[in-house]
Amino acid sequence: MNSNRATVVLRRILMQLKRLWRGLPAALEPVRMWLKRIWPELVKRLLIGVAIAYLSIALFIPALNVFAQAFQGGIEPFFRNLTQPDFLHAATLTVIIALIVVPLNTVFGLCAAWVIARHQFRGRAFLNSLLDVPFAVSPVVAGLMIMLLYGRQGWFGSLLQSANIKVVFAMPAMVLASAFISMPFVAREVIPVLEEAGRDQEEAAKTLGASDWQIFWRVTLPTIRWGLLYGVILTNARVMGEFGAVSVVSGNIAGSTQTLPLFVEDAYKQYQTQAAFSAAVLLAGLALVTLVLREIVERKTKIADVE
Amino acid sequence: MSSTTINRSPISKPKSLLAKISQVSLPWRITLGYLTIMLLLPVAALLAKASTEKPSDFWRIATTPVALSTYEITFVTALVAALINGVFGVLVAWVLVRYDFPFKRFIDAAIDLPFALPTAVAGLTLATVYSENGWIGSLLAPLGIKVAFTRLGVGMAMIFITLPFVVRTLQPVLQEMEKDIEEAAWSLGASHWQTFWRVILPPLVPALLTGVALGFARAVGEYGSVVIVASNIPFKDLIASVLIIQRLEQYDYSGATVIGTVLLAISLLILLVINLLQAWGKKYET
Repeated sequence: MNSNRATVVLRRILMQLKRLWRGLPAALEPVRMWLKRIWPELVKRLLIGVAIAYLSIALFIPALNVFAQAFQGGIEPFFRNLTQPDFLHAATLTVIIALIVVPLNTVFGLCAAWVIARHQFRGRAFLNSLLDVPFAVSPVVAGLMIMLLYGRQGWFGSLLQSANIKVVFAMPAMVLASAFISMPFVAREVIPVLEEAGRDQEEAAKTLGASDWQIFWRVTLPTIRWGLLYGVILTNARVMGEFGAVSVVSGNIAGSTQTLPLFVEDAYKQYQTQAAFSAAVLLAGLALVTLVLREIVERKTKIADVE
Repeated sequence: MSSTTINRSPISKPKSLLAKISQVSLPWRITLGYLTIMLLLPVAALLAKASTEKPSDFWRIATTPVALSTYEITFVTALVAALINGVFGVLVAWVLVRYDFPFKRFIDAAIDLPFALPTAVAGLTLATVYSENGWIGSLLAPLGIKVAFTRLGVGMAMIFITLPFVVRTLQPVLQEMEKDIEEAAWSLGASHWQTFWRVILPPLVPALLTGVALGFARAVGEYGSVVIVASNIPFKDLIASVLIIQRLEQYDYSGATVIGTVLLAISLLILLVINLLQAWGKKYET
């Protein structure tokens, strides 16, 4: 008897639950609609949030940290670090190397861009890929190559020694290493601009009797100036910031063959973290200037495109 | 985009390189001369030095346990870093192209920071941020996670320096992608997931792979940031580039040359793959 009653009660409860369940969709319809309405917005916020979180952890927080560490003790110790003789020497050497390498690679880049963009010849694709080799090679391997070429046991080693010319562990090798790793930038930026511009204008100038120099200065250069400028900026940033290749060939002697990036690492290893970060701020400033110039150049080219 | 692929220079008869050199043209001479002295000669010096080793010696030096462990640490860590940037690069590129939010322009410009920031500075700041009393490292320390001076640190440095590649290769492709196709897929009843996997992702694949390969190539060759953020202990977090330097410091030129040649060969192989990927991507465009 009792068990019968229990089943009846149970069945009733089940019926009620079923009715509720069936009514549920209707009751939840507004919620569902609301979710559907805000879903794209929700996805958008979530994606932006994750993207910014990722960039912060990997990029923004480390970048901010450079400035925070450098100015930890205020502005005064920062400037005191910047007047150390070793630092001053490193900064000067960095600028001198850039002053030598950037013009060299700019002239080469312009020539290479003209050769590749304006000619069809067998081996063009090969030459084009060859240009990318310095980007693909590890800077350390680049430094090693220079050592094997100009070092004491290298191809030119004995020749240089008898002529009493010091290349390795001195500035010449640092220049060679910097030039190697920053070789392709100018050509890489100028080639697409040259290809897009075509050669109609240059040919028109030629038929009007302009010399090659005149064509270059009056026609080609104005067309490629922004791409060229960006290539030069990138070359300079890479040369001033290069670490691996230069550290192999320089010997890394403080006050003698030490550039700013080498100074940063050396100071950090000597537990002079403050000095390391003071120099790092300068290099980070250089990076910021590079990025800002890039933005300006990009905007200029966009305007030129619209025109 | 299409205008760049049209080559309007009149196609003169292809001449051999030699015939061109004999022509008196200063830019040609500068290009070939500079390339020979600055690029080909150093590469030749490395290969010549490597070829003085007997093949058996070369193999023995290239496959010492230390060397093998540096290859594993270099390539596996670089691959993982490139893949992580592959996943998040799609996300970042998508967010930057499709959505509007405050400081978007600023964030977009800042993506290139790893290209411009010297690697020594990157290594220095990563080593402090992820050290036990750094901003992020101090949060991870209670969880027992050490980043600086471990292999995780090597990975973080590689992630940092390769971050822009995928984003920058994907952005133009995403920008050109017609929103109509997605909307068509959607109105035909495809879910968000289906739209993403079947409609949005396939055209991105060549660019995505190119970006990942570029990042991988860069991470394999990275030295400056890794040497500072790692403890450079063999079998733990010593990478191949640092091993070359250590060999050089011991005046072991043979060891440095052999490992350098292995690295060079692999870098050139990756370069070849990237060129093929880019050619494939161009085919996809048309």
